[in-house]
Amino acid sequence: ECPGTGSAQAGRAAACQGCPNQGLCAAGAAGPDPAEAAELRARLRAVRHTVLVLSGKGGVGKSTFSALLAHGLAADETKQVALLDIDICGPSIPKIMGLEGEQVHQSGSGWSPVYVEENLGVMSVGFLLSSPDDAVIWRGPKKNGLIKQFLRDVDWGEVDYLIVDTPPGTSDEHLSIVQYLSATHIDGAVIVTTPQEVSLQDVRKEINFCRKVKLPIIGVVENMSGFVCPKCKNESQIFPPTTGGAEKMCQNLNVSLLGKVPLDPQIGKSCDRGQSFLAEAPESPATLSYRNIIQRIQEYCEQHHFQEEKIM
Amino acid sequence: TLAERTNLAGVRHILLVLSGKGGVGKSTISTELALALRNAGKRVGILDVDLCGPSIPRMLRAQDSAVHQCDSGWVPVFVGQDEAIALMSIGFLLERPDDAVVWRGPKKNALIKQFVTDVAWGDLDFLIVDTPPGTSDEHISTVEALRPYQLLGAILVTTPQ
Repeated sequence: ECPGTGSAQAGRAAACQGCPNQGLCAAGAAGPDPAEAAELRARLRAVRHTVLVLSGKGGVGKSTFSALLAHGLAADETKQVALLDIDICGPSIPKIMGLEGEQVHQSGSGWSPVYVEENLGVMSVGFLLSSPDDAVIWRGPKKNGLIKQFLRDVDWGEVDYLIVDTPPGTSDEHLSIVQYLSATHIDGAVIVTTPQEVSLQDVRKEINFCRKVKLPIIGVVENMSGFVCPKCKNESQIFPPTTGGAEKMCQNLNVSLLGKVPLDPQIGKSCDRGQSFLAEAPESPATLSYRNIIQRIQEYCEQHHFQEEKIM
Repeated sequence: TLAERTNLAGVRHILLVLSGKGGVGKSTISTELALALRNAGKRVGILDVDLCGPSIPRMLRAQDSAVHQCDSGWVPVFVGQDEAIALMSIGFLLERPDDAVVWRGPKKNALIKQFVTDVAWGDLDFLIVDTPPGTSDEHISTVEALRPYQLLGAILVTTPQ
């Protein structure tokens, strides 16, 4: 008999052997120890909103979206934005933010994030590598250790929005970030996908993961959703939504579809050059989509905060 | 063990399909490569070690298949038009296709080792190993488990950007 996923015996009871959830329950039961949790809470106390950017699938645009979300939120100079890249094997954020070659500095109060703007700070394992081609070939436990260090030792200061970019999958990095951030509070997850079933298949698992670890889902973003030719203006479906795309999936799973972003070759170019696509192509339909989505995320966070304050 | 010596003993060439990056087409290429080799009359198998996002079963229309045991271990699922491509994937072990495999490294490593040594591949000209993005547990464990055997090499997949 299952002892219950919330119980102290979760993952450890005899009945847990062979249960597909065992690892998750056991991992949850062995979260950060109280001293560590207190340390993390102290460090993250001045963070008002935290948004995780997830996907079961690789290459759908998580890092691109995380970067643009950060840029979009930081356009308001009164807001302090932090972007944390925990994709340890494939950290894309330094390049996308135009920060390749930057190093992390230590100060009395911890590691300093690298600032793109005065109000936009970035941290990534990419900054710790001596050469961008160095492979980080680490097993889970070592990756978890670095993620904990990022959260504990980076001096973020006062932050209105902490955006966390993740690698694809549902493994060590994802479990760890949820566990370590339980010391503070996560507003929710934005899940990125592309329209085809091969992506949705993995994204449903991610939605499942969020539900298992009780991570609220702010909504789903469908990237690479159609392509309008700049010459003939015809629209094509480069990745046809053979099973109804994100829209159908969101209906079926009762999650919000935050928006669809069309393919624009300028997006990839801006990322490669480390420039903000929103600034470089303000007239693109993709920019309009991104801005709408960013606004919806902002509204979700502000409303959430307001409700929390009401409860308190 | 005897099983370790026999289960991959009949496999002539083992090919890894890798990329640091996700979403570049590793599983697509692995599938097309398998189909093309099969078309050329070769005996082919695919080992899908992407535990979090196993794509191969759907690509070969085998998402509803189940795996059986025999004396030498697990029997692969036979897919493709002539049902002659041997496939093993965690996709076949999930109770529900939307179940997330939320495992930390050590549990993933254990399953990969099993996939390498306990699947009764039989005689194959090519075993294609499809991997998840990254350079972590799955990759380290797969290479370590395959080390005693004849690894032909790795194909790296990328996109232009």
